[in-house]
Amino acid sequence: MKKYLSFLRIRFIAGLQYRAAAWAGMATQFFWGGMTILMYRAFYKSDPASFPMSMSALSSYIWLQQAFLALFMGWYYDGEILDSVTTGSVGYELCRPCDLYAMWFIKNCAVRLSRAALRCLPILVFAALLPKPYCISLPASLPAAPLFLLSMAMGLAVVTAFSMLVYISAFYTLTTSGVRILAAAVTEFFSGAIIPIPFFPEPLQRVFCALPFASMQSTPFLIWTGHISGTEALGALAMQLIWLTALLAAGGLFMRSALRRVVVQGG
Amino acid sequence: MIELKGINKTFRVAKRNPGFGEAVKALFKKEYTCIKALRDVSFTIGEGEMVGYIGPNGAGKSSTVKIMSGILTPDSGECVINGRVPWKERRRHAAEIGVVFGQRSQLWWDVPVIDSFELLRDIYRIKEADYKANLDRLTELLGLGELLRTPARQLSLGQRMRCEFAASLLHDPKILFLDEPTIGLDAVSKLAVRDFIRALNRERGTTVILTTHDMQDIEALTERIILIGGGRILLDGSLAGLRERHSAVRTLTVTYSGGEDVAGVKVDGLTLSESESRPGRAVFTLDTERLPVSAAISLISEKCEIRDISVSGESIDETVVSLYREFGIGV
Repeated sequence: MKKYLSFLRIRFIAGLQYRAAAWAGMATQFFWGGMTILMYRAFYKSDPASFPMSMSALSSYIWLQQAFLALFMGWYYDGEILDSVTTGSVGYELCRPCDLYAMWFIKNCAVRLSRAALRCLPILVFAALLPKPYCISLPASLPAAPLFLLSMAMGLAVVTAFSMLVYISAFYTLTTSGVRILAAAVTEFFSGAIIPIPFFPEPLQRVFCALPFASMQSTPFLIWTGHISGTEALGALAMQLIWLTALLAAGGLFMRSALRRVVVQGG
Repeated sequence: MIELKGINKTFRVAKRNPGFGEAVKALFKKEYTCIKALRDVSFTIGEGEMVGYIGPNGAGKSSTVKIMSGILTPDSGECVINGRVPWKERRRHAAEIGVVFGQRSQLWWDVPVIDSFELLRDIYRIKEADYKANLDRLTELLGLGELLRTPARQLSLGQRMRCEFAASLLHDPKILFLDEPTIGLDAVSKLAVRDFIRALNRERGTTVILTTHDMQDIEALTERIILIGGGRILLDGSLAGLRERHSAVRTLTVTYSGGEDVAGVKVDGLTLSESESRPGRAVFTLDTERLPVSAAISLISEKCEIRDISVSGESIDETVVSLYREFGIGV
């Protein structure tokens, strides 16, 4: 366990080296969040009744999304891991007394965590200072807070477990850019990163909820805003757990079969 | 103890003819050629031995090292290292070996070297006291000092290699695999690295397996060499024996004064190399099987006043080239 914590630590340290990137990222997210809210405001003004959630809840959703973008971004892949397969330096990692799946998983979580840690606070503070209903509000209820945290952690794990499948595919395809674009588009759309899931027609929503992508950012954010609560929230958490287990198992099997036929490039 | 028995490994490589039409055709039907990277490779290496594993590019050196370090799984054959099959007990095996790949880096690019070391400490679960002792020892031996606090990306190649060595040895491995460890290094760093490897082998009894194209590395470090070519072990023996077998020929370089008729020295076995000689300096090729060195020198000294003389054998590079030629590989 200690070695995985240590990975987290060094990734954190490495992440802190890029301060300019953190500032630039934050500026982008303020701007993006603001624009999105302005756009929804226009729709809301024209017909508040056809809105599936209140403007205030939507604002919270959007600011959470911006603050924790790094945790759930579906288009992010660690270039270091992908390169290590293409160039063959993964050979070094295979010479370590560690499980490669676990090592990559932690590395990936760590990148996401270190980026989010640097950026989330300023965005949350800024968003809390905005006028109502465009500001972020507190969690919908007292029990929503711990459920939100738990669901966030599971959401991060689901995102990472899903992206692991793409990383492992690098052993087969070497250039994952195609797989990555496809995976990113699908993840962003079905996870509610572009349009929150409640905005889709009812029958489509049911399809969305049956897919693993709803277990990423949608579940925690909707728990915060109160859109999902009570037993429904527990059900959503159970769904996250099921998908996490399934993705971990699939990744583990995939990794094992990939390593059996591994060819280390060059030299 | 390392024991390999009848190891085979085949790679499938996609091949196609040049041209656009062929490229389109390859979209639908790929043609593969099987390359036999290793055929029936067997050898045994004892504890504390230093072995040079040589062969031309593409001979199968790296594949063998990757099998021994547990990265690759062979198609057939047995390999037992310290009582374990590397690819079956990869993690347990990995804790006992160290690897240095001269062309790759294991240090984290952006952070000071010491942070990478601490990560390795946790990965290998090295006890704090052992870690400290090892780090101090390696720091002193390799002259790391200030380097430890520098980010890896700002180190020169020589500095980085020294850090790579330290990184691979923090967990006190019993076996060290070195894959072209001196590639691209300047003369000073090369010598430092060689001294270090020698000291390591002598003081800690670490088994060292060295693959390289730098024959000076081999000459300076190993007693025993294993030659691989075309995926087969061609030769396994001592370096000295190999040199004897291959070099009865010596080159005599004589600097002299007076004696204009040095060129007149003509005996069986001693020939003047006209192209390399000029007045005052003569270069002879001597076949020691036909004429001993001492006889040749006395013959030459009769004809002129010798001011300086040097006798040199075939260089190790030349020995290896003639060895490759003998087996018909890589040339």
